[in-house]
Amino acid sequence: MDNVIYLILRRMRLPLILLVSTYALSVLGLTLIMGQDDQGNPWKMDFFHAFYVVSYMGSTIGFGEIPYPFTDAQRMWVTFSIYITVTAWLYSIGTILSLVQDKNFRQVLAFSGFSRRVRSVREPFYLVCGFGDTGRILVNELATRGLACTVIDSDESQIQALELEDHPVVTPGLCADANEADVLVAAGLKNSFCQGVVAITPDDKINLKIAITSKLLRPELLVICRSESDDTAANMDSFGTDHIINPFHVFADNFSMTFNAPSMHLVFEWVTAMHNQPLEDFVTPPIGNWILCGYGRFGKSLYQRLRDEGLPVTVVEATPHRTNPPRGTIQGRGTEGETLEEAGLQEAVGIIAGTDNDANNLSILMTARDLKRDIYTVARLNAENNHSIFHAFSPGNMMRPSHITAQRILSLITTPLLEDFLQMAREQDEDWANLLVSSVAGIVSDRSPETWTVRIDCDDAPAVIELASEEHHCQIQHILVDPHAPDNPLPCIPLLLKRRGFKTLLPDHELIVQPGDEILFCGIHQAFTLQDILLKNYNALSYALLKEDRPSGYIWKWIHRQLHGN
Amino acid sequence: MNLEKVTFAFFILLALTLNFGFVMGEMDNPIHHNKYELFSALVVSLIATILKFGDRTHIGAVLLATSLVADLQLITASMVWSYADYVSGTGITPKIIADIVSLSGGALVANIASVILLIVETVLMRR
Repeated sequence: MDNVIYLILRRMRLPLILLVSTYALSVLGLTLIMGQDDQGNPWKMDFFHAFYVVSYMGSTIGFGEIPYPFTDAQRMWVTFSIYITVTAWLYSIGTILSLVQDKNFRQVLAFSGFSRRVRSVREPFYLVCGFGDTGRILVNELATRGLACTVIDSDESQIQALELEDHPVVTPGLCADANEADVLVAAGLKNSFCQGVVAITPDDKINLKIAITSKLLRPELLVICRSESDDTAANMDSFGTDHIINPFHVFADNFSMTFNAPSMHLVFEWVTAMHNQPLEDFVTPPIGNWILCGYGRFGKSLYQRLRDEGLPVTVVEATPHRTNPPRGTIQGRGTEGETLEEAGLQEAVGIIAGTDNDANNLSILMTARDLKRDIYTVARLNAENNHSIFHAFSPGNMMRPSHITAQRILSLITTPLLEDFLQMAREQDEDWANLLVSSVAGIVSDRSPETWTVRIDCDDAPAVIELASEEHHCQIQHILVDPHAPDNPLPCIPLLLKRRGFKTLLPDHELIVQPGDEILFCGIHQAFTLQDILLKNYNALSYALLKEDRPSGYIWKWIHRQLHGN
Repeated sequence: MNLEKVTFAFFILLALTLNFGFVMGEMDNPIHHNKYELFSALVVSLIATILKFGDRTHIGAVLLATSLVADLQLITASMVWSYADYVSGTGITPKIIADIVSLSGGALVANIASVILLIVETVLMRR
């Protein structure tokens, strides 16, 4: 705010001096010129009246001549004064107006307003750089979970879009260049409430710069970056960026998993799904020849994974001299039937449209489907606003980079244990995944399950701690029942238990819960709220554990002890 | 030579000299105190204040404060003059002129402080 006031004061110097000078000159003139009173005696106007006359002269003109009608000499001077004071006023007002419209001034105004709003945030928040498709999804999802964000984007229209959205928590946004450290600091990088920095601008270089700045200024802060090239990713990793997400790799990993481990793929999809997303079904792409159109970053990543799965892949690429595709590549965009036929469409079982142009991708798949009705299609969706037309085409599998990135970041922020779970799950076999899929399928309806972490401590689970201090140790199964009817199990499953750094996959329900444990659950939202009651309410938990109502007040506890001797 | 510094020093010093000129003389004798001198002291003081607008240095801020004090004192003095002349109708009695002179005397102190600060700033800069 200081900046704004100084800017106004500095700009107003000249107009104000001009105004004071013209007023002084006019007033002085009026007091010096001889006039006449109503009896015709010579009379000189005094300062008080002169100031009064000049004041209304400059702003309104037309109050009449007071206290006595002016002489011609006075009128001559007043005429002159009118012109100079009116001009001075116009100049001053014009300066103020042009200052208000000035781009620099507005930027300073927006900047100081933004930093003020960030300073007023009194709850944990995340700093999100880049409010494109990914940023919008992420901020929305964080907001529905009650987590605040501050947003920086270099595009004015994106920030305006943010302001139009109605979030339940404060989400101050600023249109500025996230390359500058000052901007990051204004967005709360040094604020003690800042929990982490998410760098998801479309430019890898800017993301890199944000990561460096954040790690230098706040080394302990969680930094999550998107990087679409391995080169930048390695660079980010070198100085300790906590998580680097390459949506192409994530998709290629998941997609290749569908070939040999469809159940495992389903487990991954379900537990990482976003809030209220429809439940994914089994996807089983056919095994055989595949055609891959576009050999960019996405194409390269996918080609590698498909070859690892042992699938023969024919690449179609428009500019082979730039992307350096493998031997046997067909040159062309893939949007024409001839190119696709040349790539062996009739023998192929599936086609992947992986160029960075949405219109071309759709055209490739539509041509392919025209030529061969039953071909399996995989589409890469670049811009989220094209989702409806892609959806209308309904490809077998759709790669949505912004969705994948947002989903990944979200789970890293809200359920850090999930990452551990996924890592351990990857080492299990398909039978294990089959079992898990069937038990999760037993508790969910048509919506994806939610995942949440419970920490057994005084904040998250005071009831467990309190009962443990009374030598009543509860097992995991005791926090898996409906507090209103302890015979009914809650629709949720413990996925992972973390105890003193040691992790147990799918912990046994009879395991005793100890203070300091972290447990990852997966289930429907209702189960989450009901479980919270158990964890926080001593009476509810003790009833679930001991199947009896425990006295809760000091007096009743004393009477209870006297009666039962314990 | 910096024109901005010259202008500013000129106005600060002029505000002091005009103010001093007005205050000089017997305190309760109206003919020793010229109203044009009070008027010009006020105008020059206002200009000196505006010239300090937007200066972000510490000494600039203090200078702005001292000029504002001088303005306030001088405006009050001229308001007392107008009030005595027209509203209360007593005219400029020795008591009124003593009030006016003591108010401008306060402004004089503020102006002296301004000049001292100006000298300090100049000495500190050594350019």
